[in-house]
Amino acid sequence: MNWATLNLMPALPELFLLSAVLVLLVIDMLLDDERRGVLYGLSLATLAGCAAMQYLAWTPVPVETFQKMFVADPLSGVIKFFLYGVTAAVLIYTRQYVADRQMFKGEYFTLTLFALLGMNVMVSASHFMTLYIGLELLSLALYALIALRRDSVPATEAAMKYFVLGALASGLLLYGMSMVYGATGSLDIATIARVIASGNGNTVLLVFGLVFLVAGLCFKLGAVPFHMWVPDVYQGAPTAITLMIGSAPKLAAFVFLTRILGQGMEALLSQWQGMLMIVAVLSMALGNLTAIVQTNIKRMLAYSTISHMGFLLVGFLTGNAEGMSSAMYYAIIYVLMSLAAFGVLLALSRAGFECEKVADLKGLNQRNSWYAFLMLLAMFSMAGIPPLAGFYAKFAVIRAAANAGMVPLAVFAVLMSLIGAFYYLRVVKAMYFDDAEEDAAIEVRADMRLVLSLNGLALLALGVLPQQLVALCMTAVKQSLTSL
Amino acid sequence: MSFTTVVFYILSAILLLAAFRVITAKNPVHAALFLVLSFFTASGLWMLLESEFLAISLVLVYVGAVMVLFLFVVMMLDIDIEKLREGFWKNFPLAGTIAIIMAGEMALILGSPEAGLHTYPARAPLSADFSNVRELGVLMYTRYMYATELASVVLLLAIVAAIALTQRQRKDSKAMNVSEQVAVRAVDRVRIVKMAAAPVDTAATDEDQPQA
Amino acid sequence: MELLQSYLGTQLGYVIWTLLKIVVIVAPMMLAVAYLTYAERKVIGYMQVRIGPNRVGPLGLLQPIADGIKLLMKEIILPAKSSKGLFLLAPILSIMPALAAWAVVPFTDHLVLANTNASLLYIMAITSMGVYGVIIAGWAGNSKYSFLGGMRSAAQIVSYEIAMGFALVGVLMVSGSLNLVEIVKQQGHGFAGGSILSWNWLPLFPLFLVYLISGVAETNRAPFDVAEGESEIVAGFHVEYSGMAFAIFFLAEYANMILVSAMTSLMFLGGWLSPFPASWGWLGAGSFFWMAAKMSFVLFCFLWFRATFPRYRYDQIMRLGWKVFIPVTLVWVVVLGAWMMSPVSLWN
Repeated sequence: MNWATLNLMPALPELFLLSAVLVLLVIDMLLDDERRGVLYGLSLATLAGCAAMQYLAWTPVPVETFQKMFVADPLSGVIKFFLYGVTAAVLIYTRQYVADRQMFKGEYFTLTLFALLGMNVMVSASHFMTLYIGLELLSLALYALIALRRDSVPATEAAMKYFVLGALASGLLLYGMSMVYGATGSLDIATIARVIASGNGNTVLLVFGLVFLVAGLCFKLGAVPFHMWVPDVYQGAPTAITLMIGSAPKLAAFVFLTRILGQGMEALLSQWQGMLMIVAVLSMALGNLTAIVQTNIKRMLAYSTISHMGFLLVGFLTGNAEGMSSAMYYAIIYVLMSLAAFGVLLALSRAGFECEKVADLKGLNQRNSWYAFLMLLAMFSMAGIPPLAGFYAKFAVIRAAANAGMVPLAVFAVLMSLIGAFYYLRVVKAMYFDDAEEDAAIEVRADMRLVLSLNGLALLALGVLPQQLVALCMTAVKQSLTSL
Repeated sequence: MSFTTVVFYILSAILLLAAFRVITAKNPVHAALFLVLSFFTASGLWMLLESEFLAISLVLVYVGAVMVLFLFVVMMLDIDIEKLREGFWKNFPLAGTIAIIMAGEMALILGSPEAGLHTYPARAPLSADFSNVRELGVLMYTRYMYATELASVVLLLAIVAAIALTQRQRKDSKAMNVSEQVAVRAVDRVRIVKMAAAPVDTAATDEDQPQA
Repeated sequence: MELLQSYLGTQLGYVIWTLLKIVVIVAPMMLAVAYLTYAERKVIGYMQVRIGPNRVGPLGLLQPIADGIKLLMKEIILPAKSSKGLFLLAPILSIMPALAAWAVVPFTDHLVLANTNASLLYIMAITSMGVYGVIIAGWAGNSKYSFLGGMRSAAQIVSYEIAMGFALVGVLMVSGSLNLVEIVKQQGHGFAGGSILSWNWLPLFPLFLVYLISGVAETNRAPFDVAEGESEIVAGFHVEYSGMAFAIFFLAEYANMILVSAMTSLMFLGGWLSPFPASWGWLGAGSFFWMAAKMSFVLFCFLWFRATFPRYRYDQIMRLGWKVFIPVTLVWVVVLGAWMMSPVSLWN
């Protein structure tokens, strides 16, 4: 290996992040409990630094390094910017919540940053091996984060469930990858795509492996019929961690999907399109219908996540640039929406009280009309009501499906989004038309108030003016997936 | 059938049997020991493929270290296995049917001529001076350097996570810190309160006293 | 070998020949074990100003034989409510690795049963299995004392195996091979032209110490014998064993001691190499004599430790393993790496 030929520039953000995590680990050791707040500041500074490095390392065309195991392209660049922003928002939103629940330890920050590193690795992987290691890095950090509150039985149970099913999903993925390796003789995504396109791969083995890959991916996305872990984990984990699981990792999972199916198995589109279609239909149906009967808002949002993943897949499975970019847009908007929704829940929780029932939101408008309005924005956006961002996102994926000739699927998606609107509106009704059952003051740190407000308003702004972000997604997908 | 083929089938049979016993054994300690056996036979299979480094590492890491810790924990636990199995037979018919269908399908696909498994050529035997260790080392630190470094990050994360999850003050712990107890000073334990001396109401006391 | 093959055919002849070689290694080993117990009692006896065994045979020389016969005659008691199969499997699991490891141990540069490329790894893997005998014995007997002994042993062996492994990493780094013959040969040249000073014990002194002490801990010998700890838990993991089953544990323990002494000699003390210049005739040439002498020295140290040191407390053992040995070896491995890359490297 020749060091001179090793181009570290594309991996600059990852290198910075890893070094920062190591430094944080050491600093954490030297701090006493009263001064843990320093780590909070340093973590946010790290994220800002990562964003700056990402700006420096920006590349309009794909650049590979580390012997073609790492790729920096516009797709990964855009997603990584959002990852940093979302992680920063997560840290800001959860600051008070974790402090109230004895979770405000150095490990909370290092584990979060490790999870971010894992996502970065996944997003920038151009090799099955790095994809898998990135995924494990992310999952392992999340398992630990869920269980961080050791004395909470639901959290421990949720961590256990997530761990066991996550291991199963990893096993499926690895089995699928090994089949693909057997059929194509390579783990490198570009090589796999080339071998499949040239027709030299053994189709039976490839499709056999593809089934396991799709199953593993759906597990990670939380799409039906591999969704059983989602509601339990969302409900059992402390709300702060639920926010973390429900936000940034979905972006990474989208890229994961894109790298494996969109880039590596592009030539097998006809095969995985059908599988994903079944998954998407089931996810939208089961997610929306089951969410209606939930009284726990975290569980309801979990089922709503399942249905959102179904919508995302509707865009993705078209396999063309329009569909992929609409799915990417959907993923970004979904993350912003769940950030806002869980952010309000976190704002309403306080020491000794968890805001997790729909009933806990009753009369929120009387108590604090601004948070009620932010929640309203999030709920309307998730329901897909214009002019919010969620509407445009749903519109984009459904239009992509219709344009690709899948009109029945598009019609089904529209129907499902109508059904889904019901339970989101139920939350709105509780906030605006029911009387408050308690009148505890809502105390929120200033930084969280600011970011949460911006978050909610972004949903509105991106709904009114979606063009910029849509165009960005389109360029990113087109530049990165050169075969499209 | 050559000698290695016979060995392969014997090892595979033991491996499958042991793996099956891992999930069916009533006693968790027996299950753990069957897992050890399955690791051992798996390492034997690797040995047949002439990858002795991987075979020995498997024994060294899994059999020698991981499973010992595992047994250590399993032996300490007092698990009521019957209680764990309560819902087992209720779900068994459905789960069993699905498993059998899955296994059957997989066997049919992989066993069919279209899967082309028979077209893969047999591996050429390695030369006598081929060193697995050297080859692996060279690959790991050049071609797969990025993955190797990432794997080390995963290990670091595992350490951090394990410490974060285990290092805490248990609420039910009655352990005493001897050095703290020895270092205790009188002022920490006894507070001497200065009080203004109040005049004793002798009359009241007298009344309370029974007349002798 | 050719003779055997001409009578029995190529395949069978080869098998019989290998079996013969195994017997040639194992039989003296057993004898050595027997007389190691004798040596132990004598050495410790003299250290405690007694004379040790002196009744059976001249100077008590037949004592181990008498002990062996006695143990053979005794009944093997199976405790009620024990796990019978595992109870009987445990002694086998403890003796098997102790014997199997000898397959790759070279006694001189060509006197070795299997000269494989990964012999060091093989030994580490095989010896790491020895702990199962102890754990299973502790568990299967269904006795609290033996269970405590088994648990202690498991934790201790796993802890010290890490330090031991790291100590060996240092040896691997300087010799660049996993082959024991190569490792010894490498010590034959280098600093001061292959004299006693070029053996690994000097440049890798911290690792040598760590390895030796970890070796004592790995074999559950005093002062690390908390797994037996007769004053606390009666006899630890083998409290339920009697007769030949007990004798096999005994055999395994001493066979492991001899193995660790052989490994220490090979890895750090130059194996069969002679400490004297080559011009000194047979004294200067490498031979089995030197190997045996070095092994005897290490074994004597084992006995010496037992006679000298009081038993460690359990938390002290853990502290020593995790907080002293592992950091020491890690630091030394890093130092060694820097040393090897520096101009003053001894290993070019």
